[in-house]
Amino acid sequence: MSLINYASREINCKIVYYGPGLGGKTTNIKYVYKQIDPDARGKLVSLATETDRTLFFDFLPLDLGQVQGFKSRFHLYTVPGQVHYDASRKLILKGADGVVFVADAQKERVDENLESLENLRVNLLSQNLNPETIPLVLQYNKMDLPNAMDPDDLERYLNPKGYLSFEAVALEGIGVFDTLKAISKLVLKAISEGRK
Amino acid sequence: MLQDGLIMYEDSFNKINEIIDELLSRSKAECVFLVDKSGQLITKKGEFNKFDSAAFASLSAGNFAATSELAKLIGETEFSVLFHEGVAESIHISVVAGSIIMVVVFDVNNTSLGLIRLEVKKSIEKLAGVLKDMIERSKEDGKIQELDQSFTEAIENEIDNLFKD
Repeated sequence: MSLINYASREINCKIVYYGPGLGGKTTNIKYVYKQIDPDARGKLVSLATETDRTLFFDFLPLDLGQVQGFKSRFHLYTVPGQVHYDASRKLILKGADGVVFVADAQKERVDENLESLENLRVNLLSQNLNPETIPLVLQYNKMDLPNAMDPDDLERYLNPKGYLSFEAVALEGIGVFDTLKAISKLVLKAISEGRK
Repeated sequence: MLQDGLIMYEDSFNKINEIIDELLSRSKAECVFLVDKSGQLITKKGEFNKFDSAAFASLSAGNFAATSELAKLIGETEFSVLFHEGVAESIHISVVAGSIIMVVVFDVNNTSLGLIRLEVKKSIEKLAGVLKDMIERSKEDGKIQELDQSFTEAIENEIDNLFKD
């Protein structure tokens, strides 16, 4: 849910990274944290297990600075990807303004990607968010691995609706900022054009 | 729920801050945060410089959401009040106007849980009307005023400048 405060002249938006477990959602956020100007970012919060698997969520606030007197902030969240954390995933989606779906490009994981996409649709609906209209971009992560699927096949399997999509190697930062830029612009466009 | 986005106008913002200022002075709490259940910080007042407010707001909402799910498992809708007791500092969380939570941080040596509860209850009654009015106005306003094409272009430039390797 975007929050626009005319008194303090701030716009706050929430972007959620969704996708199957071990797909690279947290890696995306950690790369953004590492690379971005320290003045533009807040504290990175990770609620993870001892083995660094996301237990509840990761959170990173980013500050875009002032534009025409308005300060814009993006709050990035990741969900836990593992199947049994579905209750937590639903909670994190609450009030999302946009979603990045991080797919694992490895051939063996195509079914998990599809399951997670369907799970995203169901959970968006459970939060009264419309899966057809919410700003969404796809990221095909781990494209450097030898068993990564062909980009055309990924598009055919995972993106029949033709959302913007990006190839990525999140560990090395490839595609991370392209994805973030794309979703940020879509979210701000949706907000400034009027809320659904 | 506030799925359509929340717009805060100056008059509502001032009223809310006045109520919270009064709560701070009467309860002797350290700081008060008003947070939407999705984790957006609406306002904060008091002494909060020793910790990160954005992280605090997001974790408060996460905490509240997780506890609400626990409540549902035992047949409750949600727990309307949560209390976390520390050695020196404690946190009191309560629901205001359905979709917004109020988080009060207080020093256990300066005030008591009883006083905090009493004053929070009074403030919630006052805040509920202002917040409901604000939510209604947010729904009525189809889009943000003042944010035109040039704003969108300017902000896209900012995004390009900031989000780069």
